Amino acid sequence: MADQAEKGRQATAAPSPYAIELKGISKAFGPVQANRDINIAVPRGTIHGIIGENGAGKSTLMSILYGFYKADAGQILINGTVTPIPDSQSAIRAGIGMVFQHFKLVQNFTVLENVILGAEDGFQLSTSLSKARKALEALSRDYELDVDPDALIEDLSVGHQQRVEILKALYRQAEILILDEPTGVLTPAEADHLFRILKGLKEQGKTIILITHKLREIMEATDNVSVMRRGTMVDTVKTAETSPEQLAELMVGRKVLLEVEKKPAAPGRTILKVEDLRVKDEHGVERLKGVSFEIRTGEILGIAGVAGNGQSELLAALGGMAKATGRIEMNGAALPVAGRGADGQSRRTAGIAHVPEDRHHYGLILDFSAWENVAFGYHNDPKYQKNALFMDNAALRADTEAKMATFDVRPPIPALAAKNFSGGNQQKIVVAREIERNPELLLVGQPTRGVDIGAIEFIHKQIVALRDQGKAILLVSVELDEIMSLSDRIAVMFDGQIMGFRDPETTNERELGLLMAGMSGEAA
Amino acid sequence: MDYDTLLQLLGSTLRLGTPLLLACLAGLFSERAGIFDIGLEGKMLMAAMTSAAVAALTGSVWVGLAAGIAGSLLMAAIHGIASITFRGNQLISGVALNFIASGITVLVAQSLFRQGGRTPPLAGDARFSPITLPFAEELQAVPVLGPLYHDVISGHPILVYVALLCVPATWWLLYRTRFGLRLRAVGENPAAVDTAGISVIAMRFAAVAITGVLCGLAGAYMSTALQAGFGREMTAGRGYIALAALIFAKWRPWQALGATMLFGFFQALALRPDVVQGVAGVKVPVSALDALPYILTVLVLAGFVGKAIPPRAGGEPYVKER
Repeated sequence: MADQAEKGRQATAAPSPYAIELKGISKAFGPVQANRDINIAVPRGTIHGIIGENGAGKSTLMSILYGFYKADAGQILINGTVTPIPDSQSAIRAGIGMVFQHFKLVQNFTVLENVILGAEDGFQLSTSLSKARKALEALSRDYELDVDPDALIEDLSVGHQQRVEILKALYRQAEILILDEPTGVLTPAEADHLFRILKGLKEQGKTIILITHKLREIMEATDNVSVMRRGTMVDTVKTAETSPEQLAELMVGRKVLLEVEKKPAAPGRTILKVEDLRVKDEHGVERLKGVSFEIRTGEILGIAGVAGNGQSELLAALGGMAKATGRIEMNGAALPVAGRGADGQSRRTAGIAHVPEDRHHYGLILDFSAWENVAFGYHNDPKYQKNALFMDNAALRADTEAKMATFDVRPPIPALAAKNFSGGNQQKIVVAREIERNPELLLVGQPTRGVDIGAIEFIHKQIVALRDQGKAILLVSVELDEIMSLSDRIAVMFDGQIMGFRDPETTNERELGLLMAGMSGEAA
Repeated sequence: MDYDTLLQLLGSTLRLGTPLLLACLAGLFSERAGIFDIGLEGKMLMAAMTSAAVAALTGSVWVGLAAGIAGSLLMAAIHGIASITFRGNQLISGVALNFIASGITVLVAQSLFRQGGRTPPLAGDARFSPITLPFAEELQAVPVLGPLYHDVISGHPILVYVALLCVPATWWLLYRTRFGLRLRAVGENPAAVDTAGISVIAMRFAAVAITGVLCGLAGAYMSTALQAGFGREMTAGRGYIALAALIFAKWRPWQALGATMLFGFFQALALRPDVVQGVAGVKVPVSALDALPYILTVLVLAGFVGKAIPPRAGGEPYVKER
């Protein structure tokens, strides 16, 4: 109680109602202006959202605030006082804690060891460990932040690992907590729990900055929201006085359609028939447990489900990337499911194109140029061959340039390495490569993961356009909104099996949610 | 094989295992911090030469020891600057240092002493002599344990005991102190250390410096205690054997003691073909016995010891990501 009174006095004594003010922050990486004259003021004791497309400069701005980068120009004010933050140590001392999108935890350390790392008391660990154990008990009681202090990080779920990151910041007496895309890796239930924690922290007077590109979270959790676009701060508004549509418009600078406009499907003949498909992982555990379905021409079959329920294995088996048992029939002819002929090349020959879930590992080689990436999987195409020995690189570059124009890839430079494009533009390169081949069946995994709104809209339109040409599409996504708005039919997967098929016109998120949690259709 | 022969074997196991143990702990510090060090061999060789040369010139083994540590630290500093500051490839830097050490030791020894790249034989105060532990003589009459204490535990140069004490010291430093926590973290996930406000570069340099000191002890022991002077390539691959032992020990200090003593035992066995013949009943060629520690090394490196997971950030220069 005395503590809180003390805090109250400090707050009234402070001349500024703002926990953080950034004034005129600019930062360039070579020719790229990541932040341009950013001004923002975050009132103490609020949850402040920062929203913007990928590459809008949100993460750069927060890295400057946490001392990871030095701004080229501008000032940082903490509680009204100009505070230079040249390194992370200074940020921690200024009361700033950061939860990165990719956690900064030591996997084979315990929770306790991770919490004290860098904040130890004295040379011997034992005193720090017992002090931290007590502090953790208090914190977990106050903020619903339960984690076993002696558990190894590698044994914890992603949601619990994130709690450890929050505990790390609180243990360092952070008054300002920055969270960078915190829900990207969480299940809906974990995300809800996180927002409860954040609200609890806010009630205790902490200031929270939430960086995200998910409009729903901004609307649910924040008091104010700042919108960034291409390195500049576009606007700051009260969340209660805005709408998702307005925010989306501010983010991309023009009206976007959140709903996908599409005509009713006109399904034709069955093109793909899957019977009792099973896949085992490297430990011999069955991940796909006998899945059967059909896809017809001119329809989009959406596979909904929480990540890790066999969707990845289904895509891998269909795309020729994993050994399976069961039957895959394309146009009435059986395709090999294991051994010879069960590879990506043969699948492409059979008319199946594949936009893999993990574009960084399977979709692209990040260090290779865009035009080289456009050739992958189709490098044997006669139109790319100059003669028996050499590829026709000029033709390939020209082809890439044309694709980049059609798919609005920015910047439209074929020689640029894939890693230098933003997530959305990387995905456009992959989608362009696969769709432009005019496949009979397109497998798409998480087409809009880590992709900004403008690119999401574009990619969705391309998928629908392909369907309207009479092609079949298998769409796997963990984003329920995406499944609901794109699919003509929905299959819900749980624990390696299909729980049921639903019509997106007649079902709802609640029913799908129950199926995703493994409850049967009748219970829903 | 009688009890006396066994004690002799164990005694020489300890003597021969000591440089391996010191080098193995040296590698442990470096690799736990995420810096692969294939250059243990070169550092030991450099230390062996500098310590023997300075001991020969000054007549004091302690000055020689300091010079050995300095020589090894110099090599460690080069490795650190190449692989930490300039983010060079750690394996290539290590291999290069081994080549440099192999050439430069002979060159310096030859230009100093003109004895074919060797240092003069060391004697008296220029060499570590065996020390007798308290009560070794008095307790010798005690059955079984007395001779064990007198012949195996007692009667080694001081560096043997230093090496043995390094094992609990390393364990304590690694698992019970702030320094150890940060050191292990920097080898597993340097980004976690960086965001906690600690310098990754300083931690890694500290680790590489400890490696330098321990390799200095190992090299000095070779030329001023185990033998009496430096000779060309006298470390004979012990740096690599120590690396194999490190993998065998899965980067843990007590296990490193066990692993290096096992290798030491094989080296001791190679010196006693008569014992092997007595036990095995057949005459084993000496060259086959000499190869034993190296064969064991190959087996260890080929993964016959089960899964050994190296520190996750090992071999990777740390670059702040955007």
